Amino acid sequence: MVLGNYKNCVSARAADPAILTASQDGGIVTQLFAFALEEGIIDGAIVAGQGDEPFKPEPVVATTVAELMEARGTRYTICPNVSMIKEATRSYGLDKVGIVGTPCQIQAVRKAQLYPMGMRSVPDKIALAIGIFCMENFPYQGLETMVEDLCNVKMENAVKMDIGKGKFSVYTERGAVSQIPLKLTHKFEQGGCHVCLDYVANLADVSTGSVGSPDGWSTVFTRTKAGETIWGKAIEAGYFETKPIADVKPGLDLVTKLATEKITKNQKTLEGRATFGVDKGLRNPYI
Amino acid sequence: MGLLSRLKEIFTGNKPEEPEAAPGPTTVPEPAKAPEPVTVPDARPEAKPAVKPGDVKVEKKPEIEETEEKPVAEKITIGHVHMSGCTGCLVSLADNYEGLFTLLDNYADLNYCLTLADVRDIPKMDVALVEGSVCLNDHHSVEDIKKARENATVVVALGGCAAYGNITRFCRGGQWNQPQHESYVPIGDLINVDVYLPGCPPSKEAIRNVAVMAYLLLRGSDEQKELAAAYLKPLMDLAQRGVEACGCDLMVDVINQSLCMGCGTCVAACPVRAITMEYGKPNIERDMCIKCGVCYAQCPRSFFNFDVMNQFEAIGEAINAAMGKGDE
Repeated sequence: MVLGNYKNCVSARAADPAILTASQDGGIVTQLFAFALEEGIIDGAIVAGQGDEPFKPEPVVATTVAELMEARGTRYTICPNVSMIKEATRSYGLDKVGIVGTPCQIQAVRKAQLYPMGMRSVPDKIALAIGIFCMENFPYQGLETMVEDLCNVKMENAVKMDIGKGKFSVYTERGAVSQIPLKLTHKFEQGGCHVCLDYVANLADVSTGSVGSPDGWSTVFTRTKAGETIWGKAIEAGYFETKPIADVKPGLDLVTKLATEKITKNQKTLEGRATFGVDKGLRNPYI
Repeated sequence: MGLLSRLKEIFTGNKPEEPEAAPGPTTVPEPAKAPEPVTVPDARPEAKPAVKPGDVKVEKKPEIEETEEKPVAEKITIGHVHMSGCTGCLVSLADNYEGLFTLLDNYADLNYCLTLADVRDIPKMDVALVEGSVCLNDHHSVEDIKKARENATVVVALGGCAAYGNITRFCRGGQWNQPQHESYVPIGDLINVDVYLPGCPPSKEAIRNVAVMAYLLLRGSDEQKELAAAYLKPLMDLAQRGVEACGCDLMVDVINQSLCMGCGTCVAACPVRAITMEYGKPNIERDMCIKCGVCYAQCPRSFFNFDVMNQFEAIGEAINAAMGKGDE
């Protein structure tokens, strides 16, 4: 169950080449939201838009494809997308909201739907929650240290960052690539990530990430009825190229392997918290 | 309930008597609500005899609608007990619009409620939704809250004031302390509370969910009881956690415990916009905080029960089905 409940899994990429010019991998999130916007399945989507500092995203409510396009690509730091969720329904007046988030953010969305104490008008208006695979996240200052001090690249010169094949890579606008072993980045991870028991956004409608698929492609899980329906319509309308997950290179085995690694490690951390001190422990959030 | 059926007429445009009786007649002739009439006659001598007869007739109607897995037709009784609060929580309940009618038609009789039920003394009830804190200088309030505890099977602290004192204490957002706010205590200071539903006010959907779950807990099949118990458990744990809340709970019990991952839920939940995200963590403007407790309760790292959350889709569908999708 490390991959959660899902209905289908494929390897896919966006059919629109314009999206792929600046997408992280297969452009799944941008393309699927663009489709949902055009079809009226959502009125807007909460995405990680550009902030004031390079690679420091701010959540924005995108209501046009142009705004979605500006938010393409992964920023390896925290973007509190859930903070806009009530804003989207109350101030923006959206009836059908799309939201993209890490597994923990999708958990927050589901809690907001089931226990909506402070989430007036939110529970019935989440039309499409897209989850992205996530191993851990970095506070902005941590990311800055990794990029500027370890990779020797100024934040404003970086055009893309990527994690894969055991390395953290930074690409500059002049075409240079600077890499450090992923091991060096661990100490910059935020502590709150170490109790997370979800790698592939088990509670999303659709979850996606690069792991398992070849470069330029993404692995896509459809998990709920809503997710399955919307994905099916997008495929039918020709918005994605897909390949069966069984036919692609690293495949589902790698996803399973990484998910198992993350969950076992964090489960251990979680258990360790109970006896962290001497006759004293730290709180367990899952009870 | 005269007012309610009148409201329903206005909202739906239907005469309350015959809501498309076509699909229904197959099921449930059973709900002859024996205990319920007891309260209505009680109230009758008071006033307005002109309205009452209409009411009594209306009461016979509701058994028509029936959704799939709802073998139980016996309603629960819910009362709304008003202590010192702003009535915002009651408005939030009423904000369910047609959903409120569905609740009252199929699941619960509102047998005690300011303005909506014409009953003076707190009757026996299954669930007491208590809004507001208790004014220690008002002996009626103190008697009422004790009576509510005595007469209710389940006491729910509805909203920040009942749960934590909220705006009735020395903490009105950004305002100076006021002498008249010296002696308001959360109901948990005087009685045992079973369920907390924080928020200022708790959203209409949260009240709806708790009402449906309370119904399932008290009247459902074994399986439904189990689900409802699992659903309500974290809210019962909140009631055990204490009678003080503050935005600082995020600092103390989430961030300082190395649990915050910066999702931003608290920012969205805060009713007074006292929280902003600074570099991935919440920053709380403490002068603005009204101590309603909702930021902590809503935080996915305060409680997160996988046994319930993993079934979010099914539970969402079940609630929608129970409400006949009639929500807003």
